Amino acid sequence: MYFEELGTPLAIATLIGSLFLLAALSLALVRIVRGPTAFDRIVALDLTGGICLCVIVFFAIHFDQPVLLDAAFAIALVSFLATVAFARYLGGGGEQ
Amino acid sequence: MSLIVAIFLIVGAFFAFVAALGVIRLPDFYMRMHAATKAGAFGATLLLLAAAIHFGSMRASITSLLIIVFFYLTTPIAAQIIAQAAYRTKVPLWGKTGKDQLAEDEGSESPREES
Repeated sequence: MYFEELGTPLAIATLIGSLFLLAALSLALVRIVRGPTAFDRIVALDLTGGICLCVIVFFAIHFDQPVLLDAAFAIALVSFLATVAFARYLGGGGEQ
Repeated sequence: MSLIVAIFLIVGAFFAFVAALGVIRLPDFYMRMHAATKAGAFGATLLLLAAAIHFGSMRASITSLLIIVFFYLTTPIAAQIIAQAAYRTKVPLWGKTGKDQLAEDEGSESPREES
């Protein structure tokens, strides 16, 4: 059980924050499934990437591993590129 | 110090939750994009600040600061590009949207959904 030291404020905050992030991830996934247009799905996917970054930061703090912040940096780089590529693809590319 | 980190963690996660709530609840695509980009970036920023305070080392602080700067540079660009692509392909606005300046400037019809 990871939360046996539930007395410290950091452990409580990690627990509550993880629940918030879990709810956020579920809502974003619902929008990905339901989204009426492809653009809704892309925005929800972008938000999912941001929430994954938040989850990695939570891991880094909870397991006390600052190396994990590099993984967060990689996610911040890649999710942006995916969003731009999808937008150019669906929007017909070039200038108008 | 751990109390500050705890507060930042809870508030940041709450903002990420608010972003997802906006994405699921708001009525048209443009509002959803607005909620996802602004609130999502702010929540991630608070969490990264919490990480920087918690670790306290130079390396973790610089990495966090880099992620924050990069997030604030890229999120508006991605939002702008995707909103432009959506508007060009005529994704409908909410029926009760007040003003569509771009349609007025170009003399074209605003893509609204039936209200």
